Amino acid sequence: MAPVRPNDNGRASGFGPRASRRLCVILVITVLLLAAGPATAKDLDARAAAIAARLRCPVCQNESVADSPAELAAQMRMLIREKLAAGETDKQIVDYFVSKYGEWILLEPPRRGLLWIVWLAPAVALLAGGYIARSYLRRAVRSSNKLEQ
Amino acid sequence: MIATLGSIFLTLALVCAVGGLVVLLAGRRSRHDPVRAARGRLAAAGVFGCVTLAVVMMEAALIGFDFSIRYVALNVNRATPLVFRVAGLWGALEGSILLWAWVLTGLTLLVAVEYRGKHSELIPHVLTVLLGIAVFFVGVMVGPANPFARLPVPAVDGRGLNPLLQNHLLMAIHPPFLYLGYVGFSIPYAFAMGTLLSGRHRDEWMTITRRWTLVAWTSLTAGLLLGARWSYDVLGWGGYWAWDPVENAALMPWLVATAFIHSSMVQERRRLLRIWNLSLVIVAFLLTIFGTFLTRSGILASVHSFTQSWIGPLFVTFLGLATAASLLALLARLPQIRDEGTFDSPFSREAMMLLNNAVLLTMAFTVFFGTIFPLIVEAVTGAKVTVGPPFFNRVLVPLGVALLIVMGTGTALRWGRSGAEEIRKLGWLGGMTLLMMAALGFAGVRGAGLVALGAVLFMALAQLGEYVRGAGARRIATGEPWPTAVRMLFALNRQRYYGYLIHLGLAIVITGIVGSQSGRIEVQRQLSVGRTMQVGGYTLRLEGLEALPGPDKMVVAAPVAVFAGDGTASAGSPDSTGAIELLRPSENFYRQARAPVATPAVRSTWREDLYVVLMAFDPGAQSAVLRAVITPLVSWIWVGGTVMVIAGVLAAWPSRPR
Amino acid sequence: MAVAPQVKSSRPLVWTGVAAAAIAAAILLVLVFGLQRDPRAIPSPLVGRQAPGFILPLFDGGTLDTRALHGKIVVVNFWASWCFPACYEEAPHLQRIWERYRGRGVTVVGVNIQDQDKPAREFLDRFRQTFPNGMDPSGKISIDYGVYGVPETFVVDRAGRIVAKHTGAVTKDQLASKIEALLRGGAGAP
Repeated sequence: MAPVRPNDNGRASGFGPRASRRLCVILVITVLLLAAGPATAKDLDARAAAIAARLRCPVCQNESVADSPAELAAQMRMLIREKLAAGETDKQIVDYFVSKYGEWILLEPPRRGLLWIVWLAPAVALLAGGYIARSYLRRAVRSSNKLEQ
Repeated sequence: MIATLGSIFLTLALVCAVGGLVVLLAGRRSRHDPVRAARGRLAAAGVFGCVTLAVVMMEAALIGFDFSIRYVALNVNRATPLVFRVAGLWGALEGSILLWAWVLTGLTLLVAVEYRGKHSELIPHVLTVLLGIAVFFVGVMVGPANPFARLPVPAVDGRGLNPLLQNHLLMAIHPPFLYLGYVGFSIPYAFAMGTLLSGRHRDEWMTITRRWTLVAWTSLTAGLLLGARWSYDVLGWGGYWAWDPVENAALMPWLVATAFIHSSMVQERRRLLRIWNLSLVIVAFLLTIFGTFLTRSGILASVHSFTQSWIGPLFVTFLGLATAASLLALLARLPQIRDEGTFDSPFSREAMMLLNNAVLLTMAFTVFFGTIFPLIVEAVTGAKVTVGPPFFNRVLVPLGVALLIVMGTGTALRWGRSGAEEIRKLGWLGGMTLLMMAALGFAGVRGAGLVALGAVLFMALAQLGEYVRGAGARRIATGEPWPTAVRMLFALNRQRYYGYLIHLGLAIVITGIVGSQSGRIEVQRQLSVGRTMQVGGYTLRLEGLEALPGPDKMVVAAPVAVFAGDGTASAGSPDSTGAIELLRPSENFYRQARAPVATPAVRSTWREDLYVVLMAFDPGAQSAVLRAVITPLVSWIWVGGTVMVIAGVLAAWPSRPR
Repeated sequence: MAVAPQVKSSRPLVWTGVAAAAIAAAILLVLVFGLQRDPRAIPSPLVGRQAPGFILPLFDGGTLDTRALHGKIVVVNFWASWCFPACYEEAPHLQRIWERYRGRGVTVVGVNIQDQDKPAREFLDRFRQTFPNGMDPSGKISIDYGVYGVPETFVVDRAGRIVAKHTGAVTKDQLASKIEALLRGGAGAP
């Protein structure tokens, strides 16, 4: 196969590097603004669904209260709505379920004490992986430079 | 009769495997021993033949309703249709181990025959490892998990398959793909271990097993995809992935294997990462065993786990032995394994592959750690905690975004050392991505979804750019028209260009995942016949209730007319004119189960899925409880996944000899 | 590339190997531990705490308010008519306990959950249950007691604290030993 040549036509753009850089900055800012766009105020249904999604359905295997077709899950969803309508906060409702079922019912382990480990481990792993990759690269690149000299 | 024969064949298989192992291990010192190689081959053929006969016996028993066999009585009844009697082989524990052993011994024989007379130093070691694994699986069946175990008194009729499995045809094909994927990784593992054991070869194993790895990877991809689809079609909650321990068990080896496929390219091109690649293959294999252990032992409560049994300790033992053997072999050879190659520059495709390995391995580690973390906490403190979907989504989504960016960058960079041209290319990719993100943002996409889609776009554009660049270069060199140029790219460099196609398939899958996670609408309501309910842009009207008795199940269906828009005008008319679709969600009552299995009905378009589940019905009051879910872009997952699988098959397809 | 450069020495790699072995061993130990426990058994945080009060409309038409039970030992049983066989196994045992201890300051209360009226009444007739029994159609009582499934049985002491929770079919011997211990313990304060 013929060696692939760079396609120089791609460079022919109508504006110079400075203009394109400015355009890029504008784009980045636009996108950032859009990404951080205003969060819509949640209505009761959305709040109830969000709480239910954080709770594990006790009678099912690995399903959230929001997703489960089980009757107990339906009753829990109803109870969440009633409690919200009565003016309880999301935290109060979640705490209520934890006090009855234990932390087991939280699909996401709470961030405290020993349980921090599961949250930190991925970050530590990524940093370690990145560090190993970097030091490997540096060693390998350095030895290749030595070789070239 | 069948049971006796089956047990005899399994015992013979074990004898053959152990015999082959003894022969292969005995002649270790003499290097070129054609007699030994021939005997090893013979043993492989014998094991495969015996296991095949055992499979035939089991299928005969399942198809012919031999209820004197416990396994048959538990998993088949007289009403079970033929397809699911055949599929009963992988419907429960013992049978699935038989299938596993069958695939494994088949692949072992294939290796023995395919490389007959080649790599004469390596192959005996490879066969040793493969037969060693086979001894375990066949031994489990001869011992505690005998699929041919008999009932004291033959049953008059059987119980039947788990109805969740019998309720969908995908169940008939999903497990074989998964097993082919799982077992397929035994081959690169055996070659890697063979290399370590023989201590003579360096990169040969990798070139030999490249296609095996691709095949296993593609099968595992297909298995994951079919499993997700099964979950979507059967479990009735409108989702396709629940971070269930068993789903995680299949995802982990997939992630590690994906990392290996990429880092093995670095080894082949640059003669680097030798130890790393050996470790990756070993880890991928151990994860497949770990996955089987999770599924079979009932150690973690899961929708999929078969039963709790004594099989757990056996698998832990095997896992421990395999880990110890692999580590010992690796450590023993460590001083002899050297990386000969060098990196030219960190600004290169191979450096990006290193990063991609770091991210993929972090993802695999996160899934692994999250899956076993509740066990760790319980072992240390005694407390029960759950690590569920919110955790995995929160941690893996950012990692996925990082992976996409690394993928796009890696594709845009060149091997060796990138220069100004690549910087320009990245600038163009980044600029176009930002433009499209801005457009998406103005179209209403916000937050994490926008960031994720941006990463997908960046990655996809980079792949498309490679096709454009490659075909453009061909056009300049040969003057071919575009279609020919693109076709020639695929023909001349299958693995590279089908590899980019796999990336594009993944981009489609991730778009589907992002979409389905963002704008989900769900309504559950009790309706009388003739009444309507609104969900998103649809109006649903319950048309009636139907009971349809079938041979193996009783189906209660609730026909639902779907109208577009708020549809009050047309929905008011008594007939279903104006309805865009008639969906028939149903509940299926199987003889073998007390609770019905809901079968959702789905109206699927490229834009969104309307998913309707019959939750409950009351024939007296002529009413039904319907649950309707609208999920955007779900079909993209199936399309993209299919693209990945087809591209994977084509990438692994042997190219025509030129 | 005739001269192979020494990219790395193998010393640290050996330590990596040792570390890998240690990690693998730890993981295997965790798995072995995992095999020895039941993934479905989840301890209730309610044991030792004050039992939630409730007002239960009874099948026979009356109403039961737990405040009226203060000073009594109460056995609260959650059940459903579709819960076969466990609820069917324990039903006679509960009735026996009620008959044996009702004169000694002990009450059995049945809470029917996730059920329909008709089959629930048929169940009560079938086992001739005479202790107070009512339906909890919204599931609020069961959620207040952190009920996972049926049957579950709680034993409440005279001070109104939950002293034990039993998951699955309970036998009269199990209940009797708990009740006897509480009766011996005097007024209810431990």
